[in-house]
Amino acid sequence: MSTSEIQEEIIDEFSILEGDRENTIFYIMELGEKLSALEDSAKVEDNIIKGCQSKVWLTTDFNEGKVVFKADSNTAITKGLISLLIRVLNKKTPDEIIDTDLYFIQKIGMNQLIGSQRSNGLTAMIKQMKMYALAYKAKADN
Amino acid sequence: MLNSIDINKIREEFPVLNQEVNGFPLVYFDNAATSQKPTEVLEALNGYYRGYNSNVHRGAHTLAAKATDAFEATREKVRDFVGAAHTEEIIFTKGTTEAINLVAYSYGRAFIKEGDEIMISAMEHHSNIVPWQVLCEEKGAVLKIIPVSSEGELDYEAFENLLSEKTKFVAVVHVSNSLGTVNDVQRIIAAAKKVGAKVLLDGAQSSPHFNIDVQALDCDFYVFSGHKIYGPTGIGALYGKKEILEAMPPFLGGGEMIKEVTFAKTTYNELPYKFEAGTPNIGDTVALKNAIEFIERIGKDNIADHENSLLLYATEKMRAIPGIRLVGTAKNKVSVISFLMEGVHHFDLGMMLDARGIAIRTGHHCTQPLMNEFGIDGTARLSLAVYNTKEEIDTFVKALSNIANRFSKQKQKIS
Repeated sequence: MSTSEIQEEIIDEFSILEGDRENTIFYIMELGEKLSALEDSAKVEDNIIKGCQSKVWLTTDFNEGKVVFKADSNTAITKGLISLLIRVLNKKTPDEIIDTDLYFIQKIGMNQLIGSQRSNGLTAMIKQMKMYALAYKAKADN
Repeated sequence: MLNSIDINKIREEFPVLNQEVNGFPLVYFDNAATSQKPTEVLEALNGYYRGYNSNVHRGAHTLAAKATDAFEATREKVRDFVGAAHTEEIIFTKGTTEAINLVAYSYGRAFIKEGDEIMISAMEHHSNIVPWQVLCEEKGAVLKIIPVSSEGELDYEAFENLLSEKTKFVAVVHVSNSLGTVNDVQRIIAAAKKVGAKVLLDGAQSSPHFNIDVQALDCDFYVFSGHKIYGPTGIGALYGKKEILEAMPPFLGGGEMIKEVTFAKTTYNELPYKFEAGTPNIGDTVALKNAIEFIERIGKDNIADHENSLLLYATEKMRAIPGIRLVGTAKNKVSVISFLMEGVHHFDLGMMLDARGIAIRTGHHCTQPLMNEFGIDGTARLSLAVYNTKEEIDTFVKALSNIANRFSKQKQKIS
């Protein structure tokens, strides 16, 4: 699936929740629980995304020209948030990752739901994922 | 005592409480961060800007005189509120943080020398840590820390053992913002006096809850914020003993604080103006008087009684929820409860409660060293004020129980 198709799928899923705050939070937490756990050895300072109030660890791999993301967090909601980003951007080429406009975040009303502090954290996560993609692209171009 | 105040009537005086948040009636349990404002405070702000906004002191016109009278009437009201002997012992500041900084900069730079010791406790707010760290670094003074027990009480014996002739200043929180612990400041002040140390009390969390008498306490400085005692943000006060304030150099230079300025020399104004450079926060200062009058009308004893009954009620109900751990179980507490839920991060807990219209605070509460002592990265905290009710606690406890149930079921599912 393309990143747009995945985003449309997410928008569809969230529309069922009809903007109910509590159900949306629970749903995000459930999504986080489904994210495969990151081994403890990867939960180190170097893998922490700076700019998040919660702890978020992100690791990457480069496999057959595609970036594989893995992540974990010490808070359930944040883990759900990064799981959504991974769902869209995982196993995509660096170019796809760099070029993807993550419009689903606005469409599902995420910023209003999580408030400005967590929104900044979400922005930091996206920035970090795109930075990794840029680094892999630079490496591949060399 | 309890029957003498009608909480529902008091609630009517706080328009902000009468609203729904996320589809549920607002339950505001974040009063240690800031309290809500009664109508009379809102009207005083409005009345000042609509009726007599004018710069204070030196004005040759009627509005300026009216503004000055109202501004100075608040100073007198604050004097009475903290039990000071002289009106000029009250210095207006932006709040607690600025008041502590004023003392650390002015008193600290004039009187603290290399090798002197300054003592604070392990449960201080960052506002009562950082200014002293900066001072110690600059002067080569040493910062000593009064340890705290696992219940969240100060270790008074350790404090007394730390005291020596080297101790020049003790800056300690009267009531912990994170734990609600009421510290035995009489004991601290008495012991500090014996070695000749000056004492500053951080009253940000004691001023809303019980009567303050700085003369009976015999502290040298007492500081508090208006916005935590039902008043506006951006206004607070420093009480200092007159002879000490007189010996202290000015903190900021500028208008209001001078007697005469020439390029050769400036002479400073008298107390309290020496410490109030620039146009002050007139509107908020004027309305602070109404906040104190609100408290006086309800009665601090009545407020304390009501809040204490809420504290006991909430503590008992919360203890009954499986997986809830209370952080800070001191014998003498105000209506602040810090807690953790097993398997649920406090950030998540805060958001889930918010979805039900319940406002609490989560995080380290600007007391990171204290959180480190407890080996945690923060807590969820509810803090109750005079307008809170047992019904609201029931709503909160029900929401908390639902969350606990949900997560314990999930855990069973996984295992």
